[in-house]
Amino acid sequence: MTKNNTDIEDLETAQDPAGLRRVEIEPVTRVEGHGKVTLLLDEDNQVKQARLHITEFRGFEKFIQGRPYWEMPVLVQRLCGICPVSHHLAAAKAVDQLVGVEQLTPTAEKVRRLMHLGQVLQSHALHFFHLSSPDLLFGYDDAVAHRNIIGVLADHPDLAKQGVLLRKYGQEVIRVTAGKRVHGNSAIPGGVNKAVSPEERDYLLGDIEQIIQWGQGALALAKKLIFQELEYNRNFALIDTNMLSICREDGALDLYHGGLRARTPDGTLIFDQVDYRNYGDYIHEQVKSWSYMKFPYLRSLGQSDGSYRVGPLARINNCDYIDTPLAEAARVEFRAFADGGLVQSTLAYHWARMVELLYCAEGIKRLLLDPDITGTELKVRGEMRNKGVGVIEAPRGTLFHHYEIDDDGLVTRANLIVSTTNNNRAMNQSIRQVAADYLNGRELTEPMLNQIEVAIRAYDPCLSCATHALGKMPLELELVDADGAVVDRIYKNGRGEVGEG
Amino acid sequence: MTNKTRVATASLAGCFGCHMSILDIDERIIQLADLVEFDRTPITDIKEVGECDVGIIEGGVCNADNVEVLKEFRRNCKILVSLGACSINGGIPAMRNQYTLKQCLEESYLHGIGVEDAQIPSDPEIPLLLNKLHPIHEVVWVDYFLPGCPPPADTIWTFLEELLSGKPIEFAYRQIRYD
Ligand code: SF4
Repeated sequence: MTKNNTDIEDLETAQDPAGLRRVEIEPVTRVEGHGKVTLLLDEDNQVKQARLHITEFRGFEKFIQGRPYWEMPVLVQRLCGICPVSHHLAAAKAVDQLVGVEQLTPTAEKVRRLMHLGQVLQSHALHFFHLSSPDLLFGYDDAVAHRNIIGVLADHPDLAKQGVLLRKYGQEVIRVTAGKRVHGNSAIPGGVNKAVSPEERDYLLGDIEQIIQWGQGALALAKKLIFQELEYNRNFALIDTNMLSICREDGALDLYHGGLRARTPDGTLIFDQVDYRNYGDYIHEQVKSWSYMKFPYLRSLGQSDGSYRVGPLARINNCDYIDTPLAEAARVEFRAFADGGLVQSTLAYHWARMVELLYCAEGIKRLLLDPDITGTELKVRGEMRNKGVGVIEAPRGTLFHHYEIDDDGLVTRANLIVSTTNNNRAMNQSIRQVAADYLNGRELTEPMLNQIEVAIRAYDPCLSCATHALGKMPLELELVDADGAVVDRIYKNGRGEVGEG
Repeated sequence: MTNKTRVATASLAGCFGCHMSILDIDERIIQLADLVEFDRTPITDIKEVGECDVGIIEGGVCNADNVEVLKEFRRNCKILVSLGACSINGGIPAMRNQYTLKQCLEESYLHGIGVEDAQIPSDPEIPLLLNKLHPIHEVVWVDYFLPGCPPPADTIWTFLEELLSGKPIEFAYRQIRYD
């Protein structure tokens, strides 16, 4: 239920920009080259335009042309050091098709799945504990110098340590399965280059009960933090959007493989079990002049109604059930929050994220106990083809890798739609909602700006690097009159104090 | 104010993997927090680099903003460290140097698969891209280089421990690797 959905669409582009004041919310991303928010306000401080600009450009699609296909899984993961395994595996799934492999051996598939659960576990722990918990625990207006993981370590040492160790465990699962913690290389065309040894399995099993228990604690904490300011948290940055994810054939949550499923805001299926190799028939990407990140939308609904969200919120809303018991119970409770429809509250992303963290912990245990995980059949071969599309549910949402090669196996074309790009429209809508609800007609203050950051942060956006940092960054606001003169300025300075002028 | 060593870090044109490797020191972060005070880093909310003892840079230089931050780091940090393949030689993002910037932009925004409203983003709000990607030592003086993609957490830990205790920086053979 959105409060005033009516006009947020109009806030993308002001009718008459001349004479409006420009307010720039400039996170350190300006310096790190990632993103920033700009607002245009009229003389009564009514927000007329709000945009999240992504200022980063790498050019992967061009420079991988001419490279051999088997390099893709190791090369393209260098897009992102926070979820490299997701890129490694999405590329590997596309490469499997290039070498004509439809079905991996049970061992290869399970090793890859284990690696990916480790990835999602570590990324969710990082996002919740290291990056978001300071806001949720201390409040959005806590002292800047204190509002970070070191502050959590000082005030809640046990909790912070759990976060550090949960992340460590995920990284260890990755190290065992991928060869190293960041940018491993174990997925190869048609399989993997190593299985898990019995010693490695026992090493990981040693801590798993503790990890599951901490996962339950993290889930309880996320829920508690949402409920302690329920009205605010429920309505904050609330937008009604479609939801997209992959689901297993029987409708279960699956982060590694499945068909595409999309629902309308009230939960009606738009499509289900779509072969993701045909993603181009369902999703198009619009370019806008003011951002390097494209704006995908569901083609059947058109550019204005086709906005959708991906990631934990979409996945937990979309799936019919979860096949691990603790996470399933948590999912049922989560869905009840919406009274029949989909949970649309933007801050519920954190809650859904911890449901998934628990699912990952349970899933890791199940795979470690599976005899296939130490098997010896690692690889299959097939007939070469010219096109491959790999899709996976990365920590932040559905991730598409699409490669075309010539007869020498050299890449001729590529397209990547990363998770955060899928959320581009929704993140823009969310900041407009915050602007409409909390900024309109008021003198701007630092906590108001922080609320814009909080909305962006819920999505856990990752723009190949520090976009978490986007969420964690201090702000500077400049009011510029129509002639370009700075009339007012507030900032959090380098030492974290808020000042003016 | 304490007299702990002040450390700042930044990610320029990198993937954040080098920062992940710093976090991969795991529980030792608690020990590190006793020894150092973090200035501007992606995990704190401090924006401008203050006077620091050590600055650590991940990633090469791909746009005008990167140049600005890098120079700000050099001005404020007594010791500047180039961390990882991207800042040392440009890394994977430097693969774009074999094409012109125009070719790269056209591929993504004009000829890309499933692209609509094809146009090259040009709004003044977007920072200026450099024609080529540069390693950071082409722009500023660098005191230490730690190779790897990313450098292993143990290597980073050894480096910080030795640096903080004033010992000569020495690594075991297996700690230096380039993958
Ligand atoms: S050196 Fe490797 S890990 Fe570090 S930023 Fe570059 S690609 Fe990422």
